[in-house]
Amino acid sequence: MSQRPGWTDQDVEERVGNLLRIGLQIATTVVVVGAAIYLARHGGEPPEYRIFHGEPPDLRGIPGIIGLVADVRGRGIIQLGLLILLATPVARVVFSVVAFAMQRDRLYIGITLFVLLVLLYSIVGTYV
Amino acid sequence: MEHLTILQFTGVVFAGSVLAGLLGALTGLGGGIVVIPMLTLLFGVDLRYAAGAALISVIATSSGAASSYVKEGYSNLRVGMFLETATTTGAVIGAIVTALMPKSAIAVIFGVVLLISAALSFRRHIEPDPHEPSDPLATRLRLDSDYPTPHGRTPYHVHGVPPAFAMMFIAGTLSGLLGIGSGAVKVLALDWAMRLPFKVSTTTSNFMIGVTAAASAGVYLNRGYIDPGLAMPVMLGVLVGALLGARLLVRAQSQALRMVFAAAIGALGVQMIYSGLRGMP
Repeated sequence: MSQRPGWTDQDVEERVGNLLRIGLQIATTVVVVGAAIYLARHGGEPPEYRIFHGEPPDLRGIPGIIGLVADVRGRGIIQLGLLILLATPVARVVFSVVAFAMQRDRLYIGITLFVLLVLLYSIVGTYV
Repeated sequence: MEHLTILQFTGVVFAGSVLAGLLGALTGLGGGIVVIPMLTLLFGVDLRYAAGAALISVIATSSGAASSYVKEGYSNLRVGMFLETATTTGAVIGAIVTALMPKSAIAVIFGVVLLISAALSFRRHIEPDPHEPSDPLATRLRLDSDYPTPHGRTPYHVHGVPPAFAMMFIAGTLSGLLGIGSGAVKVLALDWAMRLPFKVSTTTSNFMIGVTAAASAGVYLNRGYIDPGLAMPVMLGVLVGALLGARLLVRAQSQALRMVFAAAIGALGVQMIYSGLRGMP
């Protein structure tokens, strides 16, 4: 099954492994930088997690988060790191679409595109 | 926990998350399912914030483990991707439904899932019979593959596609509903229904957990469940704990130790059910 043109399954696995590792490293670095800024500025305040208010709109979507990062806000930078983390499995699925395309495996291109669509639906977020 | 500053709170949550990640790795249940009762019962964090932070830690652990797993060539990409159509759909549905449910009901479901997961961790793996033919559906979907063994790459057959698909839908829904990776249910589907070799089912399950959790996390982010100040120490702590646990696991494979941990996790399950029934604030 791996002897199709293009990448073998093993090649794909190896690249996916590197992709996930690098994605996680970048995400962790960004989170730690954001944490340092956040704790330096707000470390002395009392935490408030007992009652659920929901995050402010800026922390709920990509444009808002980028705006906060531009203002060098600690919480915004952490949230950017979390977004990058969230993107790593998505990147893995995108990568699989490409890999199946190179193997000319139509059935699995379709299956993988479906998974990708569900992921995008979840992130873009206008729900029923 | 009332009088802590954010700095102290972050430190305590980080330390607790290291422990949760360690326990999750040693029992094979994953850090997410352990960190949620810790945050809610011990630190008084609202269940929704706890679920958001846990889900983030689930993605981190999955990506962290996968980068070392995939090189070994065990995971089955086709099985994973095919079943992810079920887990991601379930995850989005679960994550949307959870917002409409009372918190106490979620806590009770969580406790029950925790108990079942702890019980499942005692189940022994039965190596599949290589001569039994594949599920015809598995052949149509080209799910059969091979994996590395000391005797070279050994082919295996895939069985029980429909029950595995149904169980994966449930696993996905639970992930979205509760903010966990549902590793125990996933391994059950791959291991018991599809009868994959042990190494193949654990690595494929790990890969699926990350993608499933990302599907839930998108909804959680939009709903405002993911708080950066809380998710940060939880993600970093669980990740450290899971990496430590993976190292320890290579050395210590004591059944007695697993029993103690699974019993501890079972106790957390009972506590969650109790606090859910008593009514969460």
